[in-house]
Amino acid sequence: MEGTHKISHPQFVREGKQFSFSAATMLKVRQLIARYPQGRQKSALLPVLHIAQEESGGSLTVDIMDYVADLLGLQPIEVYETATFYSMFYLEKTGKYVIEVCRTGPCSIVGGDQIRQYLREVLEIGPGETTPDGLFTLREVECLGSCGTGPVMQVNTRFFENLTPRRVDQILEELREYANKNNPDDIRWQDQFC
Amino acid sequence: MAGSVLLTNIEVPGIRDFAVYRAHGGYQAVEKALRSMTPSDVSAEVTRSGLRGRGGAGFPTGLKWSFLDKRSDKPRYLVCNADESEPGTFKDRYLMQHLPHRLIEGLIISAYALGAGTCYIYIRGEFKYLVGILEKAINETHRNGFLGSDILGSGFSLNIFVHPGAGAYICGEETALLESLEGKRGNPRIKPPFPAFRGLYGCPTVVNNVETLAAVGPIISMGGDAYARIGKGRSTGTKLISACGNINKPGVYEIEMGLPVEEFIYGDRYCGGIRNGKYLKAVIPGGSSVPILPADLILSTAKGEPRLMTYESLAEGDFATGSMLGSGGFIVFDEDACIVRNTWNLTRFYRHESCGQCSPCREGTAWMEKILYRIEHGGGTLKDIDLLVRIARNIEGNTICPLGDAAAWPVASAIRHFRQEFEEHVTDPGKCRNQRTN
Ligand SMILES: Cc1cc2nc3c(=O)[nH]c(=O)nc-3n(C[C@H](O)[C@H](O)[C@H](O)COP(=O)(O)O)c2cc1C
Ligand code: SF4
Repeated sequence: MEGTHKISHPQFVREGKQFSFSAATMLKVRQLIARYPQGRQKSALLPVLHIAQEESGGSLTVDIMDYVADLLGLQPIEVYETATFYSMFYLEKTGKYVIEVCRTGPCSIVGGDQIRQYLREVLEIGPGETTPDGLFTLREVECLGSCGTGPVMQVNTRFFENLTPRRVDQILEELREYANKNNPDDIRWQDQFC
Repeated sequence: MAGSVLLTNIEVPGIRDFAVYRAHGGYQAVEKALRSMTPSDVSAEVTRSGLRGRGGAGFPTGLKWSFLDKRSDKPRYLVCNADESEPGTFKDRYLMQHLPHRLIEGLIISAYALGAGTCYIYIRGEFKYLVGILEKAINETHRNGFLGSDILGSGFSLNIFVHPGAGAYICGEETALLESLEGKRGNPRIKPPFPAFRGLYGCPTVVNNVETLAAVGPIISMGGDAYARIGKGRSTGTKLISACGNINKPGVYEIEMGLPVEEFIYGDRYCGGIRNGKYLKAVIPGGSSVPILPADLILSTAKGEPRLMTYESLAEGDFATGSMLGSGGFIVFDEDACIVRNTWNLTRFYRHESCGQCSPCREGTAWMEKILYRIEHGGGTLKDIDLLVRIARNIEGNTICPLGDAAAWPVASAIRHFRQEFEEHVTDPGKCRNQRTN
């Protein structure tokens, strides 16, 4: 697009790879845009970024954000500005499974601190890091709204509750098993909208 | 279960399906409202019920609705706040997961009362699996003629859409939510103008919490007066309390307002007492933003009266000896819990979630976290404790949105009630076995 300002910043990944939605996804995206009044298509930005991030394998590159800007008729900076505000949009490459473990008070007082420590130990990485095999990214996040069943973590937005070290072992094992297939429990953003 | 208004029929298998919900009396309140009441009749009924906002502030819902700009010829919006990110709070999630139609029924009646043709449910992005549940329920409701155009031949039309957030506590604040719904960063707006005049897309808008809106169906069914007879004084009706922490039975309970706190904590029908036979040390009764109270003050007021689960009773004694009902996120601490560690933890939460627009909040939360970290890790001084109190006081009331207050109150109250514990962390590091000294 002429006259638009695109970004170059060390934190942002620009792969120079063309990104585009499949025809089926595009249909869904068009339906989402139509949920907002004429001229307010920017409202569709968060849901569309969720879908884009998922379609692209788990993170947002500058190329994807530029594509979404084009699609919604926005300046690229508007998309960067929004995408960088929200903790669920990942601007760095992530592993296949993003483990988000709660670090907030209610989980913390029922064993959450131990679970966080355990995850660091068994995965041999710190928060924000990805295992060398590219399978797991560990993130320590704020309250997931599941305080009655803590300690809790989400793996690609799937909830796992009442965690114990043993349970964590089982979950990691299962995820490793599914590493090369699609996890049957995975739910896709675009399928959530009717 | 007595006091079951919002969660009626939650135990019925398949109640998430339209047909089952309908067979159990569902959508009769919509029929009643749209067939036999005017929009202002509905609002009047809600006002009579005494319903107050369940999102945290407890503002009377009927009054809020009456502020909606009636002279504007712009479209009106109803926005349902399903952002639920306040630590300790997980009641809206429970309601939406098990009884999505209770919410949708309330949304239809509320939108009718307000003359809103579009309703957005803004749900936190982490609740992705609930988006599908809600969308499916909306779709079924549409197919059965309770949504869409000219509902039940009343001439009233409504569409409901679910809109996911993407991870930001601040988007629960109503004006940040509207910004986010417009596709922007979640920076709260300066008020006034209030959303009732300039809300979504600059149009008159009402933002209400999930539980508030879900209560509207039962209120129309039973009548506002009958609802107002439940509960106690100005705390009418029932309230969902999400209980967590060191208790035997964490979970979501619908209580009649006025239940003694002691019965809620120790009663077998509720929390079932403290886990592992330990003693109760403290409670944060209304989500992480409200003041923490030590055991004696949560069980009875400073005047020696039993503390009740109502807006008024929990606030009795103001901040010196009281707290707030807030969102109903009831966090229980046993004798082993470290108040310093928890205060540091929650301050880190607010530091992380501050949108950064106001210096007192952006800088103040960062300073408080740093100082609390220092105290918790054995490097604090006694002066640090007073410094914390000063910073908290300087944040309070000096920010665009109440997140600043929400960050200040937990610190101020923890020091007010547990000063000795803070001092011990300074003078005798390692004495508290939960303290990290490196
Ligand atoms: C930092 C902050 C976070 C909030 N989070 C929520 C929330 O997650 N859900 C909610 O309903 N209200 C939340 N609120 C309150 C809303 O601003 C608003 O008062 C509420 O949605 C109004 O609905 P009600 O009158 O039905 O309670 C929050 C307020 C603040 C200041
Ligand atoms: S008080 Fe904090 S969260 Fe609220 S607007 Fe100011 S900086 Fe943002």
